[in-house]
Amino acid sequence: MNRDIAVLGAGMHPWGKWGRNFVEYGLAAARAALADAGLSWPDVQYVAGADTIRNGYPGFIAGATFAQALGWSGARVSSSYAACASGAQAIGNARAQILAGLCDVALVVGADAAPKGFFKPVGGDRPDDPDWLRFRLLGATNPIYFALYARRRMAIHGATLDDFAAVKVKNARHGLANPNARYRKKVTAEDVAASAVVADPLRLLDICATSDGGAALVLSSVEFARAHGVADPVRISGLSTATPTFPKTVLDLPDFATDSAMTVPPPDLAFRPAIAAAAYEEAGIGPEDLSLAEVYDLSTALELDWYEDIGLCEEGGAEALLRSGATALGGRVPVNPSGGLASFGEAIPAQAIAQVCELTWQLRGRAEGRQVEGARAGIAVNQGLFGHGSAVVTVR
Amino acid sequence: MSATKERRPAVDGWFTAADGTARLLGTRCTSCGTPYFPRNELACRNPRCAGPKDGSELAEYAFSPRGRVWSYADARYKPPPPYVSPDPFVPYTVAAVELDEERLVVLGQVVPGVGVADLEVGMAVELTEGVLYADDEAEYTVWMWRPVG
Ligand SMILES: [Zn+2]
Repeated sequence: MNRDIAVLGAGMHPWGKWGRNFVEYGLAAARAALADAGLSWPDVQYVAGADTIRNGYPGFIAGATFAQALGWSGARVSSSYAACASGAQAIGNARAQILAGLCDVALVVGADAAPKGFFKPVGGDRPDDPDWLRFRLLGATNPIYFALYARRRMAIHGATLDDFAAVKVKNARHGLANPNARYRKKVTAEDVAASAVVADPLRLLDICATSDGGAALVLSSVEFARAHGVADPVRISGLSTATPTFPKTVLDLPDFATDSAMTVPPPDLAFRPAIAAAAYEEAGIGPEDLSLAEVYDLSTALELDWYEDIGLCEEGGAEALLRSGATALGGRVPVNPSGGLASFGEAIPAQAIAQVCELTWQLRGRAEGRQVEGARAGIAVNQGLFGHGSAVVTVR
Repeated sequence: MSATKERRPAVDGWFTAADGTARLLGTRCTSCGTPYFPRNELACRNPRCAGPKDGSELAEYAFSPRGRVWSYADARYKPPPPYVSPDPFVPYTVAAVELDEERLVVLGQVVPGVGVADLEVGMAVELTEGVLYADDEAEYTVWMWRPVG
């Protein structure tokens, strides 16, 4: 049974630190995606919003917020929050509606206006909330967790600070030509080495910033796309938002501890590989079929973990893969041709949608200045707090 | 000075240092044996556990105090509240430690004076109690890791 849906339109509001309301970014992205699809807002039967939790009530009901901003049209609505995977969950909602035959055309929108500096828990004293407690009792900021993973990679797989810097240099080069990237500036290994240590072994330029931005997709059934004159649309052929399997033995934000492996052995696939595997299975392709990948490089070191998690190489092979040039533009399977989070910074609910925008443009051959030659298949993956993560496979 | 101040745990029921040995406190399933930290009082989370899963299967449990460093990192900048930072900020080190017996990885600050240069992945560490922050009334303590020996 074919369960593909078509990506008819992709649109973004550029990432930055614009200091305006998140609704404005989402609206701009939605209009761009609709224009790209050759459709108008009243054609949309279902709108799926990805929520932001740092912008008050309108952020918690993002689908309705964007629907109102576009002008109430009677479209059905949903709003989802799944940390960094919020955008993918919104795409998943829209896909389910389309595949169930409940609608032909859906709009997915996510946007954020991010605070300055470290992400911190939402306000108020909440001694029952692990996200509050990790700051209170440990001072365990997000960079601390990223640094723990980075140090572990260095000790177990021989990653070096030079490898981490090489990821930043690569992604900064990729992002140079991307009009939606926040940072479009060449970065050298010396620049990385000269930036301040935030959480040893990671430096400021190893860690992604927080950004404002908005991204949107117009999705439809493949039949609708063909009737609309798009004979060979970019298709989403696999999408997973799988949860972890007990016992989860890898420490994730905002956990104090992993599950114990004392009584039940850890699953064959750890959480991140399992997310990707589920999407590959739906799509009926494997990592060997990929032309490119967009992965969640919250830190430079995490990009290396992802190489293994999505099957680009065996565990422990990421450093060699990076050093071979395979994951740079022009290589066998470019990773983060958009420039990644290194060039964008994180706009949480928009990010997973932005990843699929990039896959769409790449598969259409329209990623000017950063095009992966002959791109036919791509995967976008991310992981967020509290057992959230997503993988989206697109093909053409 | 600080010697006259009362010592209070910064969080109730997560650790004890009462008998001279610091231990993390949690719960353990009496049906399948899975231990939990922080304490889990709702229901055993092992999907294949045959216990009643109404919380009655979860009993008080004190963890073994020894493990090996899974990884470590430090904080060079003052984190946002609710972390209570001295002024000026004092950098601190955090270790993720895999407990030998219970086979889970637990985060904790490392005792003051031990930095990333003093740590290695795989190094043996043990639990202790240390001061997280202080106010005019009391010193507030938390579990911390320190190298063995
Ligand atoms: Zn149990």
